[in-house]
Amino acid sequence: MRLQFILGEIGGGLRRNLSMVVSVILVTFVSLTFVGAAGMLQLQINQMKGYWYDKVQVAIFLCGEGSTAAGCASGPVTAEQQDNVRTLLESPAVAQYVNDFQFESRDDAYKHFKEQFSNSPIVDSVTPDQLPASFRINMKDPEKYQIISETFSSQPGVETVIDQRQVLERLFSVMNAASLVAVIIAGVMTVCAILLIATTIRLSAFSRRRETGIMRLVGASKTVIQLPFILEGVIAAVIGAALASGTLWAVAHFFLGEYLSKQYPDTAFISPAQTLLLAPALVGLGVVLAGTSSLLTLRRYLRV
Amino acid sequence: MIRFENVTKVYDQKARPALDSVSLEIDRGEFAFLVGASGSGKSTFLRLVLKEDRATSGMVHVAGQNVANISSWRVPRLRRGIGVVFQDFRLLPQKNVFANVAFAMQVIGKSRSVIRDTVPEVLKTVGLEGKEKRMPHELSGGEQQRVAIARAVVNRPGILLADEPTGNLDPTTSMGIMGVLDKINQNGTTVVMATHDDDIVNEMRKRVVELKNGKVIRDEARALYTSMLPVVGQSRRLKDASGRDEAAHSGGQAAGQQAAREQAAREQAGEGRL
Repeated sequence: MRLQFILGEIGGGLRRNLSMVVSVILVTFVSLTFVGAAGMLQLQINQMKGYWYDKVQVAIFLCGEGSTAAGCASGPVTAEQQDNVRTLLESPAVAQYVNDFQFESRDDAYKHFKEQFSNSPIVDSVTPDQLPASFRINMKDPEKYQIISETFSSQPGVETVIDQRQVLERLFSVMNAASLVAVIIAGVMTVCAILLIATTIRLSAFSRRRETGIMRLVGASKTVIQLPFILEGVIAAVIGAALASGTLWAVAHFFLGEYLSKQYPDTAFISPAQTLLLAPALVGLGVVLAGTSSLLTLRRYLRV
Repeated sequence: MIRFENVTKVYDQKARPALDSVSLEIDRGEFAFLVGASGSGKSTFLRLVLKEDRATSGMVHVAGQNVANISSWRVPRLRRGIGVVFQDFRLLPQKNVFANVAFAMQVIGKSRSVIRDTVPEVLKTVGLEGKEKRMPHELSGGEQQRVAIARAVVNRPGILLADEPTGNLDPTTSMGIMGVLDKINQNGTTVVMATHDDDIVNEMRKRVVELKNGKVIRDEARALYTSMLPVVGQSRRLKDASGRDEAAHSGGQAAGQQAAREQAAREQAGEGRL
């Protein structure tokens, strides 16, 4: 009975205050979309880092069947050439710069490739023998990349030596900056949302002061009096969060999935499903936002 | 039921206290009038009983407990034991009579079946049978006040506080309302009524507590409303103009006027109870 009563009160409050409720929904929607955009950029950075990025800095790719580099004139790398590279990596001259290194076979490469590009159509057209084997090197000092490069690029059986950081770092710094901007905008919008929720609750409490006055007199508990107001704000915020989640999903699906991944087939993009991981966080944030701001407002404007 | 011990309430340090060392006891089942001019402390008295305000000093006991010791989350329980009626009815305009009374039960979590059984019964007590579906604006002032009384007593409080419940009503209707309050009192509810209405006080012949400048200046059982305050006289003249035989009152001396007033009131009480 009491639950039903509270639900009725909420419904009445939402109807009576419709325009304010809509504006709360929109403001939380926009602010949480920016929060979500920042989250999406970070997810995308992780996706692009792939399996090796945080573990190694330099990759020595060995020749495969289709390699056209000068060092690969003699065809794919032989077991002997591969052992030579390994020996050289372990030799004191090189080892002083190397923390650690791992060999990635073609099958390993295929496995990691499939993980990273799981959202891309390219994954179906690639077979293990199209991917080169490689040595992945964790440098003591990433700045010493040049030494490794000079030592190994001329080795027989080595196709190329790549400093992965150099390739991606610049892109990542741009994306990180974009995340930061998104977070700042989200922060400003969140302040807007908090103030707007507070104003809405205040108006709502004022327009229902007759009811709440009677509730007080007949001895309704604080919960029964305040809960409808708090839930009103929370419901509006949850709707906003749901809209924001939907927007992020749509961006991942239509923009990243249908457009960008066709323009840049060799880049790994996040899947729409991954953006939905952000949804609970956005909803939670919306609930906390609305809940605290309405609670604080009620403490001032609705005496019990 | 209600006991004040040297209760003083100061709103503003510079002004005189609203209540000045008031000691008063109202027993269970009693009917007491609280009379006095505006600003004499009647409303403050009622607010202290409801714990809407804290006494500056002294002790207020309601239903056996010192209200100062009731924690804020238990105040609702105190208020469930007290019904309140106001001069301005305070009904919810968008709810019908039944819903207005049911509201008081809904908000404290009474089940739907209990509400369905209790509300018509209470409406019958206040004389509003068959008007469950009416909206407040479709009712006369007296009927609206009856709805307000029904709402105040639907949860069976031990105490009913009435703050000038007849202040907006004509004398005939007022006597009808008094009949309802008397009936509720006879069912065992303690009734405290703040009023300016001398006719009613004189007709009812109940205990009268008179406040002046925050002090109790008179506390008599089965008493009359005797006050020389000009405000009261003015309000009476207005009432006279609104429907009573002016000639009966305008000429005579104080004693004769008093007798005539009582006579008229008795007649109206009779009408009101029909």
